[in-house]
Amino acid sequence: MSKTSERVALVGSPNSGKSSLFNRLTGLRQKVANYPGVTVEKTVGDCVLPSGKRIELLDLPGTYSMAPRSPDEQIVRDVLEGRRESTDGADLVVAVVDATNLERQLYLALQILSTGRPAILVLNLIDAAEAEGIAIDVDALTRRLGVPVLAVSAKTGRGVDRLREAMDAPRGNGHGNGAATANGGANGGATLLAGANDPARGYKDVEAIVREVVRRRPKPDPLRIRIDHVLTHRVFGPVIFLLLMATVFQSIYAWATPAMDVIDAGFTALSGVVRATLPAGPLQSLIADGMIAGAGTVASFLPQLVILFFFLALLEDSGYMARAAFIMDRVMGAVGLPGRAFLPLLSSFACAIPGIMATRTIESRNDRLTTILIAPFMSCSARLPVYALLIGAFIPDKHLLGFVGLRGLTLLALYLFGIAAALAVAWVLKRTVLRGRRPLYVMELPPYRVPTWRSVLLTIRNRCVLFLKRAGTVIVAVSIVLWFLATYPSGHPETRALEAQAHAATAAGATAEAARLDDAAAGSALRHSFAGMLGQVIEPAIRPLGFDWKIGIGLISSFAAREVMVSTMATIYNLESGSGNDASASLRRILPGVTDARTGLPVYTPLVAVSLMVFFALACQCMSTVAVVRRETNSWRWPIFMLVLMNVMAWGASFLVYQGGRMLGWV
Amino acid sequence: MITIETPVLNTLSMVASGARARVLHIDGDEHFARRLMDLGMTPGTEIALVRRAPFGDPIELVVRGSHFSIRRSEADRIHVEDV
Repeated sequence: MSKTSERVALVGSPNSGKSSLFNRLTGLRQKVANYPGVTVEKTVGDCVLPSGKRIELLDLPGTYSMAPRSPDEQIVRDVLEGRRESTDGADLVVAVVDATNLERQLYLALQILSTGRPAILVLNLIDAAEAEGIAIDVDALTRRLGVPVLAVSAKTGRGVDRLREAMDAPRGNGHGNGAATANGGANGGATLLAGANDPARGYKDVEAIVREVVRRRPKPDPLRIRIDHVLTHRVFGPVIFLLLMATVFQSIYAWATPAMDVIDAGFTALSGVVRATLPAGPLQSLIADGMIAGAGTVASFLPQLVILFFFLALLEDSGYMARAAFIMDRVMGAVGLPGRAFLPLLSSFACAIPGIMATRTIESRNDRLTTILIAPFMSCSARLPVYALLIGAFIPDKHLLGFVGLRGLTLLALYLFGIAAALAVAWVLKRTVLRGRRPLYVMELPPYRVPTWRSVLLTIRNRCVLFLKRAGTVIVAVSIVLWFLATYPSGHPETRALEAQAHAATAAGATAEAARLDDAAAGSALRHSFAGMLGQVIEPAIRPLGFDWKIGIGLISSFAAREVMVSTMATIYNLESGSGNDASASLRRILPGVTDARTGLPVYTPLVAVSLMVFFALACQCMSTVAVVRRETNSWRWPIFMLVLMNVMAWGASFLVYQGGRMLGWV
Repeated sequence: MITIETPVLNTLSMVASGARARVLHIDGDEHFARRLMDLGMTPGTEIALVRRAPFGDPIELVVRGSHFSIRRSEADRIHVEDV
């Protein structure tokens, strides 16, 4: 995509099938990026024309009017007027309209033509229009508008070749030069321009054109009415909505697990290969424990992302998402969020990464940012191993009233605590940093359409590529930093001595003793690493929460992923950290008995455990979340804000729990 | 808009499900009015109210053959007359 190649922009309203046409024209030769300085996504692709000429095709955000009211619409206007530096205008504009409803769709098209750019008008969804008994006189419309008009179906490919030819035709010589012809036409460019500033007049012009060229008026689609009658029914509507949401949640929470396990095993095997082939030393450790571990973390998110974006594309392309927002607007509105925030927040109970990436269906910037910032408060599945360890070790297996398990109750309380914190933060954000008038809700309820595989698969692919490129790189970089902190400086005398003893034991054939000494050496290495020193450095800050420096090491290393806390704690206490379940079981046994070397008092009391769980419920200990927020907001400002906010809240809440508990005389 | 019988003046949020009304004018800031007019709700346009959402708000409309959903607080600012 060189800068010298010609640029063609696709413009149309949301639901005009513009993106399907874009997918049809570019196939896999497309990429998603951001317009500089804004969160608006820029989709560009390569398209080869019949003459062999390559052009750059730009899929502009859907817009209803050339009078911009959102960053998206501002981009459209800037590109059409050649005002944006990065996208210095378009050489040709392809205005895409939904042929099933010309009366509303031509309004925007007339405004586009009035900009004077060379243009082509595409009557998309022509099959659907014909099926509804609508006949459009394409020749008459061509004469009336003075630009080439083509009937196309992006879904079946009908008319797409002719569109390619039209895009290939030489421009600026009458044919294709919209402004020149429109000025000479019966309607006159002046009228078209006036229409852009006066909707009443614009629609009058459209009505006149439609009377001339559309031979049969559209009738309301009875099938759509019947489907809506069920899907937005007073009782069935919410029930169907909840069933669909439960399916999406269940699939990312549970169905992704087998694939994630396979990926995990694959990366573990890969680092095994590296260990076996490379000589032991810093390089082997960097590749096996730093880089491959980081890449494994990135890859392990892919199954969830693929599944979530499969459903998201299906729900969005079929038209259901608009109905979901219609049903949920009242409920979510009670906490100041739009109906579309429901699915991202629900997904965040599995993992905040897909949840945050799902917020792109929320149109208003402030609503989207609020949803992104509260998503990590939902108790994700990575917190579960930590909760399970601490609950198993410190919460007695008692039952209240004979049937309510105290352990289950504690877990439920932690989930509710996360939700309450999220709602409180949303409430505050909406009144402070993200204040602003409530965005206009008014939204189109598009006709139901059968999603195409092409669009669904391309959505999944584009989202995954974006995640890998933008968030994945940050995640790998941070995991290398974390690896470095946990590995260096190496060679502490205590560690060396333990390693030597382990070698001796291996040589003597005492396998059990050798394994114990190996674990002890690993523990010693970690305690004397930079991470260990950092643990000591931050101890004064976390002491008031009841945490010692060893917990501090756990908190630092769990920035890789929360569940890493469990294996890190196992290593610190000289336990085998290999399999998560074994590590958790042995930790559960030993933690209650761990005592402070100076005071002889237990380090872990039930109060410390509760304080630690509260900390985990609120703290932002997840580099992947930070990376993905950076990618979705296109700046470091919001991820840093989130990191500070969540960790300050976590510290404050744990402080209150621990100090409050001690004042009440609990241990 | 001169009619022989005096039109009944209402806002869109008062229109019953299944009924039709004609837009007279839109209250509120220019931003809001312009958005709705861009969507086709220009004065004189007939609007059909299809249904209310399961929890009573928002409502579904048909304007120039397209279906829209709009909050009642927004519909309150659209003045209409009976058709």
